[in-house]
Amino acid sequence: MIGTLNGARRDILRAGVTTLSAAGLFALMGASGAARAAANPSGDVGLLNAALGLEHEGIAAYQLGAESKLLTPGVLAVAVTFQGHHKQHRDDLVAAIKRLGGTPVDAKPMAEYAKEFDAGSLKDQAGVLRLALRLERGATNAYLGIIPSLAGSDMHTLAARTACDEAFHAAILGNALNEPIPAKAPIFG
Amino acid sequence: MRTLVFAGVLLALASPASAASPGDPARGAAIYQDYCGACHSLDANRVGPRHRGVFGRKAGSIGDFHYTAALKASGIVWNAQTLDRWLTDPQKLVPGTAMGFRLGDPVKRADVIAYLKLQK
Repeated sequence: MIGTLNGARRDILRAGVTTLSAAGLFALMGASGAARAAANPSGDVGLLNAALGLEHEGIAAYQLGAESKLLTPGVLAVAVTFQGHHKQHRDDLVAAIKRLGGTPVDAKPMAEYAKEFDAGSLKDQAGVLRLALRLERGATNAYLGIIPSLAGSDMHTLAARTACDEAFHAAILGNALNEPIPAKAPIFG
Repeated sequence: MRTLVFAGVLLALASPASAASPGDPARGAAIYQDYCGACHSLDANRVGPRHRGVFGRKAGSIGDFHYTAALKASGIVWNAQTLDRWLTDPQKLVPGTAMGFRLGDPVKRADVIAYLKLQK
């Protein structure tokens, strides 16, 4: 169960997940990004802003979990690590949106997220992890599902990389909740 | 000749019949959570608008959700056919919408649409 987050698994978690830095994203976008922004300045901005809203939600969900006092120290450390990944995703998306000439959406007040997630109903650690797992699974599929709608390969790469991070989180959370390994592939998308 | 015409009619019917599959709402509930749940829920506006009562609703009509002008002006009323087209490629149906997520599997689309139809 939750205890499986201890030991070796935590060591794996500490190794971290490499995410695309804002500087790396700028380099990745390069001239093709600029050209596409000129051709289709609003299409990708809207899609990336929707993804940014999703990342704001993920950051808020982990914050609610961290402040809930329902998590053991080991699980709390994992949650904070995962929240850090989402903050990096947020920063990558903000950089991409600005590069395309758009305005990134702001996060909503925490009280609104708490209402959306019905935070008052979270009574134990497993409940917090189930919320996180639901969001991570959804986010993985959401990133995969927007790839065909994004205009350029640079944004495809960004969405795919982020989807991989979300899938990593979902796998860890599913294991922590003792969920069976999905019998059939593809697991996402 | 009559045989050929009959065969042609069968072929013509085949695709629409599969596209109009009624779907399984129980499977659709799980698909909704795993594929739509990052941005939507039944009763709360999140990244996307809340979904309860979506069948029969005019697109862009929930008062406390900020829609794109494109969706508000679309004139679409949500039903099995419009939702199927929307989930197949929302930006093709409504250019300028903020939703870019595509659910490519027609069986999954039918299942999630069957689920949404029950959420009144």
